[in-house]
Amino acid sequence: MEEKEVIIEVKDIYKKFGNRQILSGVNLKVYKGETMVIMGGSGCGKSTLLRHMVGTVKPDSGSVYMRGQNMAELDENGLDALRKKFGILFQSGALFDSLTVKENLCMALREHAKLDENIISIMVKMKLELVGLRGFEALMPSQLSGGMKKRVGLARAIAMDPEIVFYDEPTTGLDPIMAGVIDKLILDLSKKLSITSVAVTHDMNSVFRIADRIAMLHEGRILQVGTQEEIKNTTNPMVKQFIEGQPEGPVNFFMSKEDYLEELIK
Amino acid sequence: MKKLLENIGGTVITTFRQIIDVSRLLVETVYWLFVGPFKKKPVKRDSIFEQMLFMGVKSLIIVVFVALFTGIVIAMQTAPQLASLGAVIYVAGLVAVSLTRELAPVLTGLVIAGRVGAAITAELGTMKVTEQVEALETMALNPVRFLVVPRFLALIIMLPCLTILADAVGIFGGYLIGVFNLNINSGLYIDTTFRFLTTKDVMTGVLKSFVFGAVIALIGCYQGLNTRGGAEGVGKATTTSIVTSFILIILSDCVLTAIFFFSDI
Repeated sequence: MEEKEVIIEVKDIYKKFGNRQILSGVNLKVYKGETMVIMGGSGCGKSTLLRHMVGTVKPDSGSVYMRGQNMAELDENGLDALRKKFGILFQSGALFDSLTVKENLCMALREHAKLDENIISIMVKMKLELVGLRGFEALMPSQLSGGMKKRVGLARAIAMDPEIVFYDEPTTGLDPIMAGVIDKLILDLSKKLSITSVAVTHDMNSVFRIADRIAMLHEGRILQVGTQEEIKNTTNPMVKQFIEGQPEGPVNFFMSKEDYLEELIK
Repeated sequence: MKKLLENIGGTVITTFRQIIDVSRLLVETVYWLFVGPFKKKPVKRDSIFEQMLFMGVKSLIIVVFVALFTGIVIAMQTAPQLASLGAVIYVAGLVAVSLTRELAPVLTGLVIAGRVGAAITAELGTMKVTEQVEALETMALNPVRFLVVPRFLALIIMLPCLTILADAVGIFGGYLIGVFNLNINSGLYIDTTFRFLTTKDVMTGVLKSFVFGAVIALIGCYQGLNTRGGAEGVGKATTTSIVTSFILIILSDCVLTAIFFFSDI
């Protein structure tokens, strides 16, 4: 296997929120240009892991290296310099409610790239064209549907021509066609612009459409990392249960029957 | 008993932590306000004016309403007592001094805490729970610089302005009662007002309102940016914000008045 450049490295991170251990020793490497999908059940720590990678949450122990720099050791300026190199699509889009679609896209451009207003306008149009929403510049986020918000969020994430794009549940809550459109956009971006992508999702269709490599996260640990083929032919019963969506298996949804009886008559 | 002590200890610790956090927010705000522009990271002028419009201009009606009726009420309440001393004319001085020193800044502060402080917390709180604050941060746009500083600056400018307006309107309220009900000569009323009213009275009131503005903006922003737990969290944060602002306004009013009182300013 050829030696690939590691762009993000997560080393042994632990994180506790209150009394709940969310992440317990996560190790993960993301290579330049690949699409890495982190999948796992709700509440397994996927989003928390993503937040560690973008530096909005600091780990209790362990470290995150992005382009070789330890994110915990960077000051505000260093972190900002790094942040200009990546874009994030949030779960709900996280568009600024008080600004129009265009202003949402302009915000980072105006601040970080000293460009002429005309050029910014053109760039906004180009990004909106990419997500199929040209002509919607003047609308407010409240006038958009959920899928449109997500697409505008995506346009905003790539507004600064980032090297890495993070997706937090890009297709959750969208109809199948829109989910397909978003997946295609993610694929296009990573193939055409050779952007490194990290996506967090539990939508299996989406996973097998976009992933180069897949990491399965369960109860704060990575169970398996592998290509689509490796994951499909997995021998790990938990991963198998997850991708097949079986209600029964090593991952138990229901607690034991005795517990239930005790709980009822208590 | 142990539980009680634990609770008290917990509350004290939380309070101290919050005081430290708010102080840190103040330091950061001041940094972005004065140092930021020299590092080519100024605060957007548009967003400051937008906030000034919302906080100041759109609060005019309620402030005028409150001040006018406060002036009228003071005049009506004090007139009988002064009349029994045969000193009805002093209503003018009493209204002017009590308004400019105390009632106009405090009442305006409370009204604005209810109107603007709540709006700040609700808006920032909603931004926080819908990941918009996080989005700003990850776009390398500092939330303090983009959200807190414009609101802080707008409020410490607008609240003193509103207070001066409230002074004038309140005195006019007293004038209405004095002239039309107590039958004091209009010229005499105005003359007496200015005989009692000193620059110092107005200035201490304005200084107070400046502090109140900073308190309302800081508490509002702090509660907003620390909101957790969806719509319910926003509601709770807004309530906490208003209650805290009210308490701090009254407290700082007492402290400031004491300073003015004992230092003979």
